[in-house]
Amino acid sequence: MKLEIKKHVPIAKDVYEMVLDCNVHMKPGQFINIKINDSHIPFLRRPISVANIEGGELTIIYKVFGEGTKELSQRKVGEELDCLLSLGNGFDISIKEDSILLVGGGCGVPPLFYLAKELSKKGKKITSVLGFSSKEDVFLEKRLGEYGDVFVTTDDGSYGIKGNVMDIIKDLDFDYYMTCGPEAMLLALKSNYPKNGQLSFEERMGCGFGACMGCSCETLTGYKRICVEGPVIKVEELI
Amino acid sequence: MKMKISLPGLDLDNPIIPASGTFGFGYEFSKYYDINILGSFMTKGTTLEERFGNQTPRIAETAAGMLNAVGLQNPGVEKVITEEFPKLKRVYNKKVIANVSGNTIEDYVKLSDILSKEPIVGALEINISCPNVKHGGMAFGTSAELASEITRKVKKVSKKPIYIKLSPNVTNIVEIAKACESAGADGLTMINTLVGMRIDLKNAKPVLANKIGGLSGPAIKPVALRMIYQVYKAVNIPIIGMGGVMNAYDVIEMMYAGASAVAVGSANLVDPMACKNIIDDLPKVMSELNINNLNEIIGRAHE
Repeated sequence: MKLEIKKHVPIAKDVYEMVLDCNVHMKPGQFINIKINDSHIPFLRRPISVANIEGGELTIIYKVFGEGTKELSQRKVGEELDCLLSLGNGFDISIKEDSILLVGGGCGVPPLFYLAKELSKKGKKITSVLGFSSKEDVFLEKRLGEYGDVFVTTDDGSYGIKGNVMDIIKDLDFDYYMTCGPEAMLLALKSNYPKNGQLSFEERMGCGFGACMGCSCETLTGYKRICVEGPVIKVEELI
Repeated sequence: MKMKISLPGLDLDNPIIPASGTFGFGYEFSKYYDINILGSFMTKGTTLEERFGNQTPRIAETAAGMLNAVGLQNPGVEKVITEEFPKLKRVYNKKVIANVSGNTIEDYVKLSDILSKEPIVGALEINISCPNVKHGGMAFGTSAELASEITRKVKKVSKKPIYIKLSPNVTNIVEIAKACESAGADGLTMINTLVGMRIDLKNAKPVLANKIGGLSGPAIKPVALRMIYQVYKAVNIPIIGMGGVMNAYDVIEMMYAGASAVAVGSANLVDPMACKNIIDDLPKVMSELNINNLNEIIGRAHE
């Protein structure tokens, strides 16, 4: 589906917020898959999680990592992007627990905003812990603050608390956690909190909609494609 | 305008066939369009036992293409027949080309015997060219003797016509194609992926967990065309051509080189509507090029 770019602005170092004209219902944690241009280079789409959906607009927040996202960052308001929508399973927000911890690392933070919004509609108490490398990388702290306490850590201590998210989480009380971020962070959470959690994983994808088996992983409940049966996997299912 | 193509085991409404491994067992795509518009399609590479395949990353992007090292992930032939085919039959009423993969010659023979009995299977594609498995796979497709032996033994048990999927990773593809033809192959499908690699500049390690993978996409189309052209000249059995086909023009180019039908691979991964778009565009492109009947253009580049 071709979507028009309504807004496209930098919000942190190499991080851009893009608003697309799109009337669609998607779950927090689902993603869209973007064709960067009409040529064969870059060849594959770029899967990017949804940061918000509101009033006929879909927001993504992405970081420039390589040639594809660099070219994406140069697309202008008014241009159209070819996107596949509503991909992946998304977070299961029908949980009964009341106090929810959201943990985001770097470019894993964006889906947590939409997630916080939907959880708060259900009356959940939300605490967010966000980890970044440095002060210039920090984003979404204020907007997540609308839904509860937010703690920020940076690796170099230039903003918030020096250290990583695990240093903060050990002192917090929560019934359940939901997280998205680098694999090392997810695995640390899994080993410290092996119950009551959902983790959103990243993997290099071919298609993003289940055809190529490029992003499969093994879980206790069988093989899962990160793009269809993931990206969100319950911590109890991880090997 | 005539787009119908008749091949051993397959009466195709049009020459467009999604390639194995890029179309699953078909039903995933039926949420995007009615897959009955396809000529046929090649099912995901099937082995006797369930296979998880290689570790991830299994995908690396390249200029105008991609590398994959999936490693034949599939649920095994029993589940393909009892679970995947029934799901497919709910949305698809034509024949499939069943892709047969294995580690040993005995695997190929057993699998071909089992799969060729299935009514939904119109023909078998014998995959002797997968670059992503440690045993078997491409080893059979790079030796004329082994390719010939597999062809002969599979032909003996198969109830349906067999197409041998050739590897481009060889010195002389004509020799292997002729060996398959003499051993009784009903057709050839070509080309499988080219073995390649990418290296991550940040850590100086191969991007793929398997280190090497198969290159597909528009980057390989000239190689595919050259090989189809050479093989067409040397054999009298039909060729299903593939390698970087993205649009209806590419389909005509493949047929000019000598393909009787055309498989579409990685284009399906970039755009799930790729095959539908190609089928919709084909009449327009045919009239643009003054083509009335696709049967008349097979091998035209040789005239």
